[in-house]
Parts: sequence; structure tokens; C-alpha cells
Amino acid sequence: MTEPLLKVRGLKIGATIYPPGEKARDIEIVHGVDFDLEPGKVLGLIGESGAGKSTIGLASMAYGRGGVEITGGSVEVNGRDVLQSGIRDIRRLRGAEVTYVSQSAAASFNPAKKIMEQVTEAAILQGKFTRAEAEQRAVTLFAKLGLPDPENIGQRYPHQVSGGQLQRCMTALALCPEPDLVVFDEPTTALDVTTQIDVLAAIKEAIRDTGVAALYITHDLAVVAQVSDHIMVLRMGDMVEYGTVDQIINQPREDYTRALVSVRSIEHEEKQPSPDPVLKVKGITARYKGTNFDVLKDVNVELHRGQTLAVVGESGSGKSTLARVITGLLPPSAGSITFDGRALTPDMPSRPIDDLRELQMIYQMADTAMNPRQTVGTIIGRPLEFYFGLRGAEKQKRIQELLDEIELGEGFQDRYPAELSGGQKQRVCIARALAAKPKLIICDEVTSALDPLVADGILKLLLDLQKIEDVAYLFITHDLATVRAIADSIAVMFQGEVVRYGPKSQVLSPPFDDYTDLLLSSVPEMRLGWLEEVIANRKMESAGN
Amino acid sequence: MHPILKLVAQRLALGFLLLIAASVLIFAGTSILPGDVAQQILGQSATPEALENLRRELGLNEPALSRYFSWLGGILQGDLGTALTNGRDIAESLGTRLANTLFLAFWAALISVPLAIFLGLLAVRYKDRWPDKLISGVTLTTISIPEFMIGYVLIYWISIKFGWFSSVAIINDSMTLGQKLNAIAIPVMVLTLVVLAHMMRMTRAAILNVMQSAYIETAELKGMPMLRIIRKHAFPNAIAPIVNVVMINLAYLVVGVVVVEVVFAYPGMGQYLVDHVAKRDIPVVQACGLIFAAVYIGLNLVADIVSILANPRLRHPK
Repeated sequence: MTEPLLKVRGLKIGATIYPPGEKARDIEIVHGVDFDLEPGKVLGLIGESGAGKSTIGLASMAYGRGGVEITGGSVEVNGRDVLQSGIRDIRRLRGAEVTYVSQSAAASFNPAKKIMEQVTEAAILQGKFTRAEAEQRAVTLFAKLGLPDPENIGQRYPHQVSGGQLQRCMTALALCPEPDLVVFDEPTTALDVTTQIDVLAAIKEAIRDTGVAALYITHDLAVVAQVSDHIMVLRMGDMVEYGTVDQIINQPREDYTRALVSVRSIEHEEKQPSPDPVLKVKGITARYKGTNFDVLKDVNVELHRGQTLAVVGESGSGKSTLARVITGLLPPSAGSITFDGRALTPDMPSRPIDDLRELQMIYQMADTAMNPRQTVGTIIGRPLEFYFGLRGAEKQKRIQELLDEIELGEGFQDRYPAELSGGQKQRVCIARALAAKPKLIICDEVTSALDPLVADGILKLLLDLQKIEDVAYLFITHDLATVRAIADSIAVMFQGEVVRYGPKSQVLSPPFDDYTDLLLSSVPEMRLGWLEEVIANRKMESAGN
Repeated sequence: MHPILKLVAQRLALGFLLLIAASVLIFAGTSILPGDVAQQILGQSATPEALENLRRELGLNEPALSRYFSWLGGILQGDLGTALTNGRDIAESLGTRLANTLFLAFWAALISVPLAIFLGLLAVRYKDRWPDKLISGVTLTTISIPEFMIGYVLIYWISIKFGWFSSVAIINDSMTLGQKLNAIAIPVMVLTLVVLAHMMRMTRAAILNVMQSAYIETAELKGMPMLRIIRKHAFPNAIAPIVNVVMINLAYLVVGVVVVEVVFAYPGMGQYLVDHVAKRDIPVVQACGLIFAAVYIGLNLVADIVSILANPRLRHPK
């Protein structure tokens, strides 16, 4: 057996937290983790938020983000314990032996410096290469990572290239000093699905060609299965399971791993359209004030009572703008909206109160959608007072009913949003929308900020509530797995237009238009070799054309 | 047109409008001042006829609007009018005074701005440790003491006890640069101590704000030393707020040095203004006011333009 490049033993990491109104206290966020990584191998660290995966990744560079501190254990890189090293040795380690690729390249590049300067900085200052050598190597890496115009792209500033390109530049930055180990921290999470696949393929190829070892951190098991040799599953600072990719995906030993593997497998039978749609969007064209292009172009969709229409598309496709038009926040420049048989006035302030009541919204960030100074009871009680004039015991009773519906028991009424988990917060937002007894709820990326297992719970809840309350959902998402789980009909949006629309079974069956085909084939699947297959298919197709 | 040129042109036009507005305020303000120049010149015992004659001669009986426009018209042609009290051309006497004030401000700025920024960087490097606390403590102390007090203390120690520099800062054209610098050494020190804290604190705050950014973490994870991170990665992104506070302090060095000029008997604009306020010589006060306004607006304009130029998104559009 070869000597491990990275040897982690009994790693314990703590942090000081400052709860509001209480004394600061120390908590432990990683409780003793062991693993080895051999040279040239890729280890996937997977888990939900709070599992400690990023913290462990950064610990391999002797770095603690914010108030995080490494409290125990050892981290050996190339046989030296980095936790016992002085600041000079740690500096020589960072940027030379171990490098880092962050989730948001857009934030991690200095806006005031040219890309080339930032990509080569570590390699030059750590004395690995001369400037000329480093720049030569950067250009080679740019080309290898599939960046356009590799000779000159380094002369640009970060804001002059796209998000996907910048994420590749970040990978070039990490690989430039010829490190032994690269820590990839959710490198494709912030990207659109069609961009993610290209970046993923580029990263995988770069890892293979340079022979570098990598820690690949992500919450998406399907993604990590494509690039890793081994996977370590983490949960709340403990290791749950460690194994080869094949074993973890195909024969998971632990229940938690099994849950992660089978996530997004909700079965939802498509409903038949009823004759009277609750929402009819006809010929909607819209643009934002002060701009000169239409963000929505002649959009036509219908949504039937008690059903779900999923609006799917990538960032900038106009799906959230459609929600703004329907809610009346952005009056359209052409087209009409019919709601429950009556025409909706284009702007929200002039709508009658019943139109407002019957059309509710749930947002992506439950955090910012609630007043942090109000209790759950006040938050849910407000629409009851406002729309129905409920007071006193009657209101309390209804609040409790709603809390039961969203599967939060007694005692939640008096809690504040800060005392709830992410999934619980989103449930409260759902209850607030339901309190108005709406006919239509617009759900704008409601599960995107949640961990997969929690998101699954929310989707199941939404489906159950739909059966009970006969409410229709306009479900806006970029995630096709979510669409499969919840939709009755689907509208695929691309650059402001609906490019494909119909019942789910029809939209998701061939023959596809080009964009839907690209979108569908880009969603990572939880099996080995998926990435290679897709890339090979695409190469064949483009060769055939 | 390049978006930067457009923005800069907009700012320049705005600055000019602002200056016109300032001229209205100055003129209106000095017009409603109590007191009468004719009375001041002729004294308490003057006859009403004599007063009336002098007023007519000085044009004080014209309507305010026409006086304003003839004043503004003169200024636009470079004519600041004549001093009521001694009949001399204001532009001429103001010229040498302004040159002296700018000379003093220039040397004070040359020392204080780099020093303040350097101390700000140092305070960030040793944040919450003793160098940071020492720098903050000392600069806050010097800004809290009235400047005439600092002036007298420095005169006492440096000039009288050690005899290094002159305590009186009178300069004239026949002096060499070295002699002049020797004369203004102590006033420059006083001004530096007065403006240092403000600029240093702002530099520190602006850079600390930038230090929260993800790209600073990237630099740390490249193993870059702290001073290099501050200098190369944080500072370029903190320029805009720093330049703003630097410009306000530069404006203060030109406009706010009245007290220091009086303490050191320095022949600058401030003293000139104070003298003529006492004599109710309105045209001189107006001219000085307008020049001070122009300095303020001009320097803030420079700050605006530098902030625009410091933004890479504007400098290098997509």
C-alpha cells in the first residue's frame, strides 16, 4: 500500500457560537473523524448542511472559517502534521501543496485584478514557477478546462466572463501551482444544470490528467458519484459510512446512506386536466422598467384546479418573472390573465381583496420571508385576521389546525423563526399561505435552499395538502427531479419563451426539442459512468451534425 | 461613448451647477448680513448725505438681482471685484494668499495622506492588538485636542525648548524653498496631527470591511502573507471610501486652516478672510467664500471621479 498523502486521525473541530440573548458558548461541530487519501485519488465528502464537510475540507489546509477552530486530532499532509506547524509552514502548504476551489467563484475572485494575475499568484509567490512558466501553465490549463480563447482569457477581469467560465478559472487557479491535493468545495452547486455538466466533465478530466488528489465536497450524491473513487458520508460531524463509490451507491450499508441514495424517488401519478382551468395565462409579454428587451415573450399556460404546473428553466429563463406578472407585481405589456373564471387586473394594488387572498406565494428563502421578531402563531394568525377577521379562541383553534396540517405539533405557536430548522421554517410559510384558503399557491423554488431529505419531506407535504385542500400549485423550479416528483403538467422555459408545454408524461417523453433534451440529459443520475456516457453521446451527436 | 466618459462628464456638469448654487447662497448670505459698509467706512459721525453718496458710488442701492448678475458676470471673466476698504483688486491680493494656503496644504497633505493610509494598513494588520490600539489612541487624542492648543504646545517644545524650527510662519517670495519649509514645519505638523485620525480610521474601516470578502479567504488559502493580502487584495477594493475621506480632509486643509494661520501668523487665505470679515468688506468675503466653495466642490468631484475609475466594472465593461 502506498503511503497516504492525507492522513486524518481523530479530527475534532469546534466553534464559538453567540446565540441571541445568551452567553457565547463553545460547541463541537466535528467529533473525531479518521480517513486516508492516497496520491492521485478522489475522495467525495457528502452530507447535508451542518454535516461538517466543508469544515473538514478546510482543516486539511489548517484553516478554520469564521470562529471555527481545530480542537483535536491530527492532519498529516505528506507526512507532516499541519496542525503542529507554524504559520510559515502552513503558508507554504496552502497554495502550494494543497489548494482550494470554492462554491462561488464569482465571490472568490478579486474583482479588481485580472484573472491571470490571480491564477498564477500562488505558483509564483510560492516559488514553484517563474512568472513566464506559470502563465504558460495557466494557458495550458485554460485550454484543458475548455475555456474559450485560452491565450487571452487571463487578461480579462472576473466580471467579464460567465459564471461557469469563472468556476473553470477557479479550477485552473487551484491546479496552477501543481499541488498534491485540491479541495473542491461544492464547485458546481451554484451553476445551472446544463453548465454544471460541462464544468464537472472539465474538472474530472483535469484531475485525471494532472494526477492530483482531491477532496470533493458536495451535498449531491449523484454528482460525487461521477468524480470520486471513494465516498465518505457525514452526518452532524460524524462519519456515517465510508466505501468505494460502487459500494455506497449500489450496496449502502447504513440507513442514512440508503435514504440519501433513494432521495427524490417520490412517485406522483399525473392527474387528468379538468375542463375549467383555475389560471389561464394568455399571450403574456413583459419587460422590466428601463430595459429594452422582453423577459417574457408571448407566454401561454393553463393550470387546472387542484393540480400542479411546474415551470422549469435555468436562471434568466423568466420563470420568476412569470410569477411576478401573475401576482401583479410586474404588470405585463401585453396579454391577459384569467383567474377562476374572472380577469385579473394587471397591477396588484388595484386587485380586490378576494383575488389577493386566493392567490398566495411561498418563497425560496423562508428565512427572509418571515419577520424574525414575530412568533409562529403571529405569522400564521395574521392572514386569518386580515382575510377572515378571526379573533381570540377561534383564531387560536385555526392556527393549531394549520400547524397540525404541516405536521408541527403543539408548542410551535410561541417559537420564533430563529428557533426553527430550515425545513420547519418552510413549513410555517406553507401554513401561512394555506391560512388564506387560496385556490392557487405560487411556489418559487421552495425546496432549492433545503437539503435533499428535507426537501423530499416538503414535497410530500405539498402533495398531501393538495389532496386535502384542492389547491393548485404553480411550481417554479430549476430542478427536474423535483418536477418529476410533483408536476401534473410542465412548461419548459428558455430565454423568456415557453419552449415545451403539456402534461408531464408528454413533456418528459421523446421526441424532444433541442433545449429540453439538453436539460433532461444534464440532470446527474445516481449511477456510475453516467457523466462519461452523456459526454460521449454529445460528442457523437455533434460529430453527426 | 465610453460609459466612464459619460459618467465623468455628468459629474463635471453637476459640479458646475453646484458651484452656481453655492454662489447664490454666498451672495444671498452676505447680502442679509447686518451692518453697512458705507457706515463702516465713514464711521459713526457721517452725515446721511455722505452715506447716501458713498452707497450710490459703491452700487449698494442697486436691486440685489442685478448686483448678483454683475458680480457673477465679473467672476466668470476672472474679475473678483475691488476691496471696499482699500480699493485694491481682490484677485491680485487673493492670488498670493491662495498660493500660500495651497503651499501649506500641499506639504501637509504630502505627509498626512500617505502616513494615514500606512497607519490604517498597519492597524488592520495588527487588528485588536497593541499597534492597532496605539495608533487609534494617539490619532484620536490629537484630533480631540483643539488645533491652536496643539500649535502652542508644539511651538513651546519644538521651537522654544529645542529651537529646531521657527515659531512664526511668515513666508515671502524672496525666501528659498528650504527657508519656506523651515518656516511652515510646525504648522504642517499641527495640520497633519489634526487630519490624521479621520483618514486613518476610515482606511482601517474600509479595509476591514473588504477583508470579510470571499476573495480574501482565497488569498489566505493561497498562503499569501497578511500584509500582501491587505495591500494587493483588500486595498484596491477599498479605494473609493478612502479617497472620499481623503478629499474631505484635503478640502479642510485648504478651507479650515484659519485658526492655524492665525496662531502662526501665516499669510494665507484664512487670515485674509478673517481680516475682511471684521471690516465688513463684503466683496472680499464673497470672493473668499466662492473660492472655498470651489475647492470643496472640486476636490469632492475628484473623489467621485476616482471612485468611478476605481470600479473595474465601469473601467472594463463587458
